[in-house]
Amino acid sequence: MSNPNELTHEARASGSAREEPSAHPFREMLKTVVARPEFVSFLALILLTLFTAYYVDFSHDGPGRFLTLDNLTNITRQVAVTSILAVGMTFVILTGGIDLSVGAVVALTSTLMAGAIIGGAPFWGACGIALLVGIACGAFSGFFVARFSLPAIIVTLAMMEMARGLGLLYSGGNPLPISFEFGFLARNFTVNGFPVPIPTLIMLAMFLIGYVILNRLPIGRYIYAVGGNEEAAILSGIRTRHIKMFVYVVSGFMAAVAGIIQTARVTSGQPNSAIGFELDAIAAVVLGGTSIAGGRGHIVGTLIGALLLGVLNNALNMLEISPYTQRVVKGVVILIAVLIGVLRKKK
Amino acid sequence: MLEMKHITKRFPGVVALSDISLSLNSGEVHALVGENGAGKSTLMKVLNGVYQADEGQIFIDGKTVHPRNTREAQHLGISIIFQEFSLVPYLNAYENIFLGRELLTRLGMVNYSAMREKAGSALEAMNVSLPLDKPVAELTVAEQQFVEIAKATLFKCSYLVLDEPSATLTPLEVEKLFEVIRRLQSQGVGCFYISHHLEEIYEIADTVSVLRDGQHVFTGPISSCSQDELITKMVGREVTQAFPPKRAPEAISREAVLEVKALKFEKSEMLSFQVRKGEILGVAGLVGARRTESFLALIGRDHATHKEVLLNGKPCRISSPAAALEQGIGYLPEDRKKSGLFLQFSIRSNIVISNFDKLKGMFGFVSNKKESDLSAYYVDRMRIRTTTDRKMISELSGGNQQKAIIARWLATRCQVLIFDEPTRGIDVGAKAEIYLMLQELADEGLGIVVISSDLPEVVGIADRILVMRYGSIRAELSGKDIDSEKIMYYAAGGE
Repeated sequence: MSNPNELTHEARASGSAREEPSAHPFREMLKTVVARPEFVSFLALILLTLFTAYYVDFSHDGPGRFLTLDNLTNITRQVAVTSILAVGMTFVILTGGIDLSVGAVVALTSTLMAGAIIGGAPFWGACGIALLVGIACGAFSGFFVARFSLPAIIVTLAMMEMARGLGLLYSGGNPLPISFEFGFLARNFTVNGFPVPIPTLIMLAMFLIGYVILNRLPIGRYIYAVGGNEEAAILSGIRTRHIKMFVYVVSGFMAAVAGIIQTARVTSGQPNSAIGFELDAIAAVVLGGTSIAGGRGHIVGTLIGALLLGVLNNALNMLEISPYTQRVVKGVVILIAVLIGVLRKKK
Repeated sequence: MLEMKHITKRFPGVVALSDISLSLNSGEVHALVGENGAGKSTLMKVLNGVYQADEGQIFIDGKTVHPRNTREAQHLGISIIFQEFSLVPYLNAYENIFLGRELLTRLGMVNYSAMREKAGSALEAMNVSLPLDKPVAELTVAEQQFVEIAKATLFKCSYLVLDEPSATLTPLEVEKLFEVIRRLQSQGVGCFYISHHLEEIYEIADTVSVLRDGQHVFTGPISSCSQDELITKMVGREVTQAFPPKRAPEAISREAVLEVKALKFEKSEMLSFQVRKGEILGVAGLVGARRTESFLALIGRDHATHKEVLLNGKPCRISSPAAALEQGIGYLPEDRKKSGLFLQFSIRSNIVISNFDKLKGMFGFVSNKKESDLSAYYVDRMRIRTTTDRKMISELSGGNQQKAIIARWLATRCQVLIFDEPTRGIDVGAKAEIYLMLQELADEGLGIVVISSDLPEVVGIADRILVMRYGSIRAELSGKDIDSEKIMYYAAGGE
């Protein structure tokens, strides 16, 4: 549980902004936006983009490479898989849980999907299998977390091992290549000669689904309630076990969607792929201002967090910074962003 | 000798302790009695350094002392054993006793054998034997208490405070506890003994002091004051709250909306009672009476070993609070912050959270319009003072927060509403409004249960009262029989 005093504090801070006389509705809105926890990451995203554009594009002659439509759509393609995982992860973290299994579930669903296609199943049938397996994995974790109140970190760690192991068992440890034509989900969809990556479209669709569930359906409110004050939620007549089950199922489903895209990208099922993706997903959620203790956060923040990680990755590549240094930078960025978030909350 | 002189302690909005002077001699057992909330625990926390007195001083053997925290108080020889023990459940007895001041070998390693030996001899000096090597979680409550006491004596404690030590003990264990206290007494330890159980006080105490509403009412030798006189001193306060006039008992229907035929949980006897249509049923009792536990078992939050409930004459199964709510039984928790509020939500969200079934619009989405209408209606009806219901609930005063939670349950349209301490920690004005609301709800034909530790409150609003003690219902009072002294008599163990 998070510290209730802390909650009060933050709520006061954000609330007091609203109490000012509303003579300037625009200024009011601005204040509300600035007070949001994901604002730090949003600012970082803008600054990073400007900085990189300056160094990569404007300080050299010739055509720019960073601030081009091509590169920017490419970034969204690159972040699609982890962002989709982050959608599910947002659900889980909002209830105060965590799902470490999603990377392994991506690999498992991808392997099974490729196996099904090799075995002669139609493409969409194989996708269906992947989704069912993802949902089953989520339901498995959800069952143990909800029914027996086991710590989510342990249950999903176990799920991670099992999913990884099952993928390896099924494939014998080898990649299962499928025909190149099945890679169309990873390619572009052309609108008026303007190429839009299909993974980007799927990612946006998943964010939209997540947004609608969390903000427009009762179950969304219950998810926040469970993470905010579980005892109050129980006594308010919320079936908290069902809610917990649901968020892990969503996470499993999102992992399967990510697995389908992953399969299309590499036109094979690779049992050793997607290692550590769960950590990128968690990083995106946390950068997006969602409280790791649950109960507070927003899915739009997750999108910002995921884009920040994507742009950072892309920018560091263009600045020709070594992959080793990149990881150090990524770690520092996560730490600073969260630190600023906490310090702002304390004020 | 330990003396507290003119101790005053204020909290925002209330004077918790007002000019209290008490003293404790070496070798004396000094009982401290009073209703829940009279200020006994607050006073002990001042003694213990948890709170600092706003006025007044503490003297030990004539010298002023200023304990600023528990540790300093311990160094001054003052130890307190609270209702909730401060033991680490997974450590064994001697690890707990020496926690934070472990004995070390010359190499700086923890010297377990020396610790075990010393702890053993301290317990022996108390004439207590208990398994030293088991995690304390596996000990009985009484044994855990002895571990606490041993911990205090090893601190060279000369003044010991026991806060409700017997609340969860069996009669045999209480005897053993008294034996230990007498032994300490003979060694010159002075002891403040806080208890609700008056017959125990007559057995163990030399002196008794009564606190009421933060005032010091009486101090004298225990032999100078009968149990009845003591009760009068404890409850004899003027009723200052405005209660709505009660209805004539004949006006209330005899028809039960909720009939609990049999209810039993681990720490209770078989309970049975009715909640009638249109009545306010008060549930009174002291700390350890298990009133809250009984109703949590009833609504399916806690496990009941036996449960037979009729709702409107039909048997019903209540497996969870959600099921209870579906069938029209709502429970408002006693601890607003811990189990009532969603502090990160707005007032509106706090009200509607249990009522989404009424707010469905297109495609099962939450209809904004219905949501704001429902919330606006109850903000108005409960007279919640706020500019907008989009405000964070944490910005409201305690009284208005409580009204918002009541609104949440009113909106569910339950037929039975159980209010656990509905006015704890809120101001007089809001209290009066809540009493009026309870009366209105009863008039509408709901069955209202009010669990309250505030005696004048239950007396002032209830049509009928159940008095509980140690998980059993000791008395049922109604009409003219309802008065504070009778309730206190049964609650404290009278037959």
